Amino acid sequence: MSDIQITITDRHGEVHRVTAPTDMNMNLMELVKVYELAPEGTIGVCGGIAMCASCQCYVKSGHPLPEKSDEEEAMLSEAFYVETSSRLGCQIHLTKGLDGLEVELAPEGS
Amino acid sequence: MIKTDILIIGAGPTGLFAVFEAGLLQLRCHIIDALPQPGGQLAEIYPKKPIYDIPGFPEVLAGELVDNLMAQIEPFQPGFTLGERAETIEKQEDGTFVVTTSEGTRHQAPVVAIAGGLGSFEPRKPLLKNLEFYEGRGLTYMIRDPEVYRGKEVVIAGGGDSALDWSIFLADIAGGVTLVHRRNEFRGALDSVEKVQVLKDCGKIRLLTPAEVVHLEGKDKLEAVVVRRSAEPSEDIRIETDAFVPLFGLSPKLGPISNWGLEIEKNAIKVDNTLDYQTNIPGIYAIGDVNTYPGKLKLILCGFHEATLMCQSAYQRIYPDKKYVMKYTTVGGIHGFDGSRKEAPKAVIRTID
Repeated sequence: MSDIQITITDRHGEVHRVTAPTDMNMNLMELVKVYELAPEGTIGVCGGIAMCASCQCYVKSGHPLPEKSDEEEAMLSEAFYVETSSRLGCQIHLTKGLDGLEVELAPEGS
Repeated sequence: MIKTDILIIGAGPTGLFAVFEAGLLQLRCHIIDALPQPGGQLAEIYPKKPIYDIPGFPEVLAGELVDNLMAQIEPFQPGFTLGERAETIEKQEDGTFVVTTSEGTRHQAPVVAIAGGLGSFEPRKPLLKNLEFYEGRGLTYMIRDPEVYRGKEVVIAGGGDSALDWSIFLADIAGGVTLVHRRNEFRGALDSVEKVQVLKDCGKIRLLTPAEVVHLEGKDKLEAVVVRRSAEPSEDIRIETDAFVPLFGLSPKLGPISNWGLEIEKNAIKVDNTLDYQTNIPGIYAIGDVNTYPGKLKLILCGFHEATLMCQSAYQRIYPDKKYVMKYTTVGGIHGFDGSRKEAPKAVIRTID
């Protein structure tokens, strides 16, 4: 099995522990959509090309994450509710190293 | 009152292609869109991004696809109401619909096709105290008439193309332009970045980076903004200004359409996918990303298919007594409303001796 466990706090503060595949080229934004943890149309608006900030989340665990690309950095610089732990979910690919990752979705309209 | 056969709401790829399919059936279309240009998301969010799953195009830039669609539908002379959001719909006694926009423009048609994507694009608003109070009193999210700013002081915030482009444009008109951005890097077109650099160097644009507008001031209208620079957060700068234009991009909201009495599920309009993508209100269809049904995929190519079937159904609705046979463009060619004709050249038949 190549599944991992990820803990996602939704926009209402509810905590969800979900199982995520690592062999389907999936990212964190898509995982949130698969489990419908945020209403359709409020996450992944641009489709996953770092051109909106609807999938912004705060990373709460200390997992080593890939560096932000220039595009992600630029988008986060224009987003709202940004913290130092902010990332765009669509830029975080689900890999085995992320087992146990904990994130919280940023408010809608970020 | 603008009258047409099919009133399309949304000028994205699905709405544009619907004009073509309607045109083949000699039905006329008019399109309403909240954005000032056609193309929807493709033009607004990612014009320079390549798309790889348009049948027949191994690779096409989103902006190019919009240009191609506009060229394809040109013979069918669609009307456009751009920069206005469809607000209300009223069913008339004769079965037609009247759709009124945010600016009060009225449109009448027997068929309405909602191709609204994720909704109409609304400006993303910065998190500032008293923001709403200053809206329309010096604060605006969209520059409609640049002449308003002649000789005035303007503060623009943002780091994308629109912030750069308007700073450049207003540098010649306004009394003074200040551009505030959270980073030193801008993500606009290289050409625009270079122009701003030149204008900054010759003192025509005041650039404050990395910095952020943190406070708005003024008794009855906006009089000043307070800017905090990351390098010196304790020494905020107060800038007296006539206008503040935050340009942080747009994000889509389903908006007024959600109050039209249509069945909504997961922020999308439920349609009959076994037949013609009609909604629960006969005569109103929903096509492309805005609709939902079992197995729905939000893909441009699916929108094209949905638009095609919608037009067939619309034709039946408008001309219930006419028999219609679908014609291939290879056979029937294209007969534009502008009198233009396109058809396959006749093959020459010659005997070989």
